[in-house]
Amino acid sequence: MARAFLPKVATANDLFEGDVIYFTDEGTWTRQLAAAAVAMTPEAAEDLLAQAAKLQGEVVGAYLADVRVEDGVPVPDHFREAFRTRGPSNYFHGKQAEVA
Amino acid sequence: MYSYSNFDADFVRNRVAEFRGQVERRIDGSLTEDEFKPLRLMNGLYLQLHAYMLRVAVPYGTLNGRQMRQLAYIAETWDKGYGHFTTRQNIQFNWPKLQDVPDILDALADVGMHAIQTSGNCIRNVTADHFAGAAADEIEDPRPTAELIRQWSTDHPEFAYLPRKFKVAVTGSPNDRAVTKAHDIGLRMVRNDAGEPGYEVVIGGGLGRTPMIGKVVRDFLPKADLLAYLEAILQVYNLSGRRDNKYKARIKILVHETGLDELRARIEEVFSRQQRLLGEVDPGIVARIDAGFTPPVWDTRPAPEAPVLDAGLRSFIDTNVVAHKQPQYGIVSVSIKPIGGTPGDATSAQMRVLADLAERYSHDELRISHEQNVILPHVHRADIPAVYAELRMAGLATANIGLVSDIIACPGMDYCALATARSIPIAQQISESFADLDAQRDIGPLKIKISGCINACGHHHVGHIGILGLDRAGVENYQITLGGDGTETATIGSRTGPGFAYDEIVPAVERLIEAYLDLREGPEEAFLATYRRLGLEPFKAALYGVEERADAA
Ligand code: HEM
Ligand code: SF4
Repeated sequence: MARAFLPKVATANDLFEGDVIYFTDEGTWTRQLAAAAVAMTPEAAEDLLAQAAKLQGEVVGAYLADVRVEDGVPVPDHFREAFRTRGPSNYFHGKQAEVA
Repeated sequence: MYSYSNFDADFVRNRVAEFRGQVERRIDGSLTEDEFKPLRLMNGLYLQLHAYMLRVAVPYGTLNGRQMRQLAYIAETWDKGYGHFTTRQNIQFNWPKLQDVPDILDALADVGMHAIQTSGNCIRNVTADHFAGAAADEIEDPRPTAELIRQWSTDHPEFAYLPRKFKVAVTGSPNDRAVTKAHDIGLRMVRNDAGEPGYEVVIGGGLGRTPMIGKVVRDFLPKADLLAYLEAILQVYNLSGRRDNKYKARIKILVHETGLDELRARIEEVFSRQQRLLGEVDPGIVARIDAGFTPPVWDTRPAPEAPVLDAGLRSFIDTNVVAHKQPQYGIVSVSIKPIGGTPGDATSAQMRVLADLAERYSHDELRISHEQNVILPHVHRADIPAVYAELRMAGLATANIGLVSDIIACPGMDYCALATARSIPIAQQISESFADLDAQRDIGPLKIKISGCINACGHHHVGHIGILGLDRAGVENYQITLGGDGTETATIGSRTGPGFAYDEIVPAVERLIEAYLDLREGPEEAFLATYRRLGLEPFKAALYGVEERADAA
């Protein structure tokens, strides 16, 4: 049986730094998952990825990632995506250090 | 030490210039990512989870002080002040920015280094015994062979698009420290009845999703026939290796599906043709390469005879120093596995200390081991106390070589985009759980190896205790294998049963080790020997409990 549809965000890595980025409602990229555009239906998700993919010149490997919406904010569904919002666990490097 | 010819130097510079242009064209939009990706991979540049990663080749694991210092400079200037030494004797930088990579490659070229053929379906960086040129048990230094293969395989047009990546390892000693049986081709130096040195040729080893121990395809290959024979293997593989499925494309699958005898016959046929065509390896080239590996002028002072009084130094010597072919020397292994640290990570400051020590005390030589440690291959025994003192100040004197905290771990999901689970924190926690070095010495030789996915970059299949991190329904889960062995008695470990959750895996390893301590016949019986004597059952009982298994049966 197919899993129930989960909301999605479009995500990629920044071309220059490789940092994790998310596509926003304004058609730009953000470093913060909380600011990402969330697609609530399969059709909206497809549309989101199509828009994001138009900006291939600035990003690498755009794809859709599952999220859950909690208090109106997207949070990662899978642990891999959770790590992508933070950075490695052995050092305080990557996003977690930049946000702090 | 071997230094590259002008031809090599020009070749590397031209590649950097070419790549600089490619990066510029990617940035200005004239290259798409699909076009750029194979080009960056050819220059060792990967994209991982949080950033790019640059993989730099350390051919046959040999470096000099100047090169190590340059790696320190690169880490500090363009990365976050550290580098990661890997099981393939490479170093990886985890945070380079795309626009800086051409400058990094130029800085590498300044010291005769590069990132070519560290990725892609070509012949990769040739690895060798990390004690090469120093080991007391060595028949011959394997590095001239590795260098000959490097020259032959670099940019070899026929072998640039193989069905899959191709890895060669060489050892010059009967004790195999280079895991040659887990490589596409493993070469082991042997002597024939007439006493002439040659190679035992092993093919079809490999780890990854279908682990296999290599098989001997030739008992004795005269040295002069090496390139003709390698060409024969590669030609047969290039023509017959599968290209329809990348999981079945390694030569191990060809060996498995075709059968060793049939494949040997085909290789021998091509070999006799290649032998006529290529002839023997040009003695001039051999002589030039050999000259680059002439042993240093040994310091003939006798080794000190006074007993070592300092307890810390004594354990360091017992654990981290092994016999050198010159009795007055020792081979010093510097552990890059401090208790609780990330296996294989060295800071720029530590790299500089290692460079200094190499220059002052090791005839300007360093080696990277596939076990993610750094070797000072030629230290006079009289200098070991001074070396130890400096290592201690730099946090590099952990006396745990070959012990439970000398763990191999791949980058796993903390860095790697292919990972299914983390591996580094598991290594850190195991190391902390056995922090006491005296207790570690009591446990004795034990190799724990951890991979964060089925690709097995952390060699888990050949760990005495292997740990494989998987994603089970969206949760990290760790499978244990026991009894693996990466030496001349190579064996693939056996799975114990169901995996363990992230917070259960370290206690599970603790139970295994407690069980071993109960079961062993005495301190001389190492973990692997006890396992071989008793098999999986008592360890399974320790892992899963007796009742539970009775229920499951
Ligand atoms: C993040 C970058 C990495 C990627 C994308 C990567 C990818 C892979 C893949 C796809 C395989 C399986 C190949 C096959 O079975 O055909 C593999 C195997 C392997 N890799 Fe990595 N790896 C990475 C990092 C490393 C590191 C850090 C090391 C060293 C610690 C390493 C050493 C190896 C080894 C020893 C094998 C298994 C031996 C074999 O080729 O059969 N790799 N890697
Ligand atoms: S074993 Fe898997 S997780 Fe580990 S480095 Fe290799 S590809 Fe990445």
